[in-house]
Amino acid sequence: MVVRTVSVSRSRLAERLSNRFDRLRRAPGSLALVLLLPSLVLVFGVVLYPLVRTLLTSLHDVNSAMPGAYPFVGAHNYLELVKDAEFRSSLLRTAYFTFVTTAFELTFGILLGVLLNANFHGRAVVRAVVIIPWAVPTVVSGALWRWIFNGNYGALNAALTQTHLIGQYKQWLGTPWLALHMIMVEDVWKFTPFVALFVLAGLQTIPDELHEAGMVDGAGTVRRFFAITLPLLAPVILVTAVLRTIDGFRLFDIIYVMTRGGPASGTETAAFYTYVRAFSDQSFGLGSALAITLTAVILVVTVVYMRAIRVSEVD
Amino acid sequence: MLRPPKSQQVAVYGFAVLAVAIALAPFAWMVISSVASPADLLKRPLHWIPDHASLSRYRAVASGSSDAAQTFGAAFVNSLVVAAVSVVISLAAGIFGAYAFARLRFRFRRSIMLLFLVTYMLPPISILIPLYLIEARLQLLDTRAGLVLVYVSFITPFVLWVMGNYFQSIPEDLEDAGRIDGLSRVGVLFRIVLPLSVPGLLSTALLGFLLAWDEFLYALIFTDTDASKTIPVAIAEFTGRHAVDFGMIATGGVLASIPPVIIALLFQRYIVGGLTAGALKG
Repeated sequence: MVVRTVSVSRSRLAERLSNRFDRLRRAPGSLALVLLLPSLVLVFGVVLYPLVRTLLTSLHDVNSAMPGAYPFVGAHNYLELVKDAEFRSSLLRTAYFTFVTTAFELTFGILLGVLLNANFHGRAVVRAVVIIPWAVPTVVSGALWRWIFNGNYGALNAALTQTHLIGQYKQWLGTPWLALHMIMVEDVWKFTPFVALFVLAGLQTIPDELHEAGMVDGAGTVRRFFAITLPLLAPVILVTAVLRTIDGFRLFDIIYVMTRGGPASGTETAAFYTYVRAFSDQSFGLGSALAITLTAVILVVTVVYMRAIRVSEVD
Repeated sequence: MLRPPKSQQVAVYGFAVLAVAIALAPFAWMVISSVASPADLLKRPLHWIPDHASLSRYRAVASGSSDAAQTFGAAFVNSLVVAAVSVVISLAAGIFGAYAFARLRFRFRRSIMLLFLVTYMLPPISILIPLYLIEARLQLLDTRAGLVLVYVSFITPFVLWVMGNYFQSIPEDLEDAGRIDGLSRVGVLFRIVLPLSVPGLLSTALLGFLLAWDEFLYALIFTDTDASKTIPVAIAEFTGRHAVDFGMIATGGVLASIPPVIIALLFQRYIVGGLTAGALKG
């Protein structure tokens, strides 16, 4: 409530304004539309038409970038995808990559977040330094790790042979399965700090009294972590998991820089495969069907997570 | 507070040293590689401290004395311009929408918010092909404006999200007081809400800048020459063509890392604040 004490004319003006204000409160739709218009234009103007276009293209047999009339083929492209073994394995690979890296990033990120929240000398420096992997641009860290993993001159080979952990240089990116896991190492290195930052912010909202009460009750550090810290962090952890999962299913740049999907398509993610089919093979119809399928997968995964978040909040 | 036992303190310092080493070592190796001579980098066994170090590659980029150096220099400027302009436009547009989401109750508010969120999750590849064709027709390919157009479309939802949450944290009483004093809704936004939102604006701007700086797929498809090529594209191309000239790749990598690393180190608090806005409120 606001107290009106000033001169009569002023208060009359205020009354008139507040009436108008109330009218706007009752029918703020038009004002909201005006305020939202710039954002709507900039976002949906760029996104909506292309998205519809992609959907339409996925129903046609489009095999060149030239505009023209292409035969309508209905669900044919989608049926092709169902039969496409390479697509299926790229999707499975993406799911595997996303699931495993997210699990590691959450585990290490929570540990790192707890560390950054602890009291020790030099904490400010540690907090600053560990954020660096996340700050380095994705393409740069891809190029950097590709060089570190290099089979002939790489730093990883040098470090491991000089400490006698391996006898001779290894082609880390030379076989499909190994290459995929080396890229996962890069991903975990880059995104663990991202998770840790969220966890740290979450930890700072947990009052000290809870831990002190736990200590009085005789609960040790580990016990308190599982009984107090982790449950209170659940919402933060879930949100981070959603963000990391969405990113995982969109993963393209690191693959492009480190392996271009090779060797033998062993590191081809769904997004990368889509790119290859659309832009290298010029199969725009099939590529569009791939893109739409990928979008649907991401939406479904996100909705499932969102449900989980809502459930965790109700508890 | 109770003091933790000694063994625990040892564990904390051990873990801290390990975390710093893992975070820093690869980056340090990139910095070292950027000044090491080509022969140093191809040595077996590898010397961790180069025998011949110089800043010659950085000087080459500054003076544009080779093709690669020239491209890195131009790409750095392109990235800077594209990211800065995209952030300014997104903020200018998004602030109003964020305010509407935070303060006004209107029909379809939740649905519109969700729609923006969905565009934010879309894999870029799902709109890439038609966008490419549109930009080709509008002659926006290989221009900075063409990139800005697309970047604004994914930074603006981010502004709506973070600034919407920030505006909600400002007491509404202050606004009511302003309105009684004769300010319009927009007047309240500019005179009262925005001055109180400087930290939020700063973190949104910085994160938007990082998003644009890091973007790769659109830039890869839409750009072609030094006129618009951004630094991630320049590095990826160079990596594809001269895989063994890591000294030059590292130089580009260090240059590309300078703005985001400085932002992350100096403004860490704002970055974390912006990242976690909303996430913590659920």
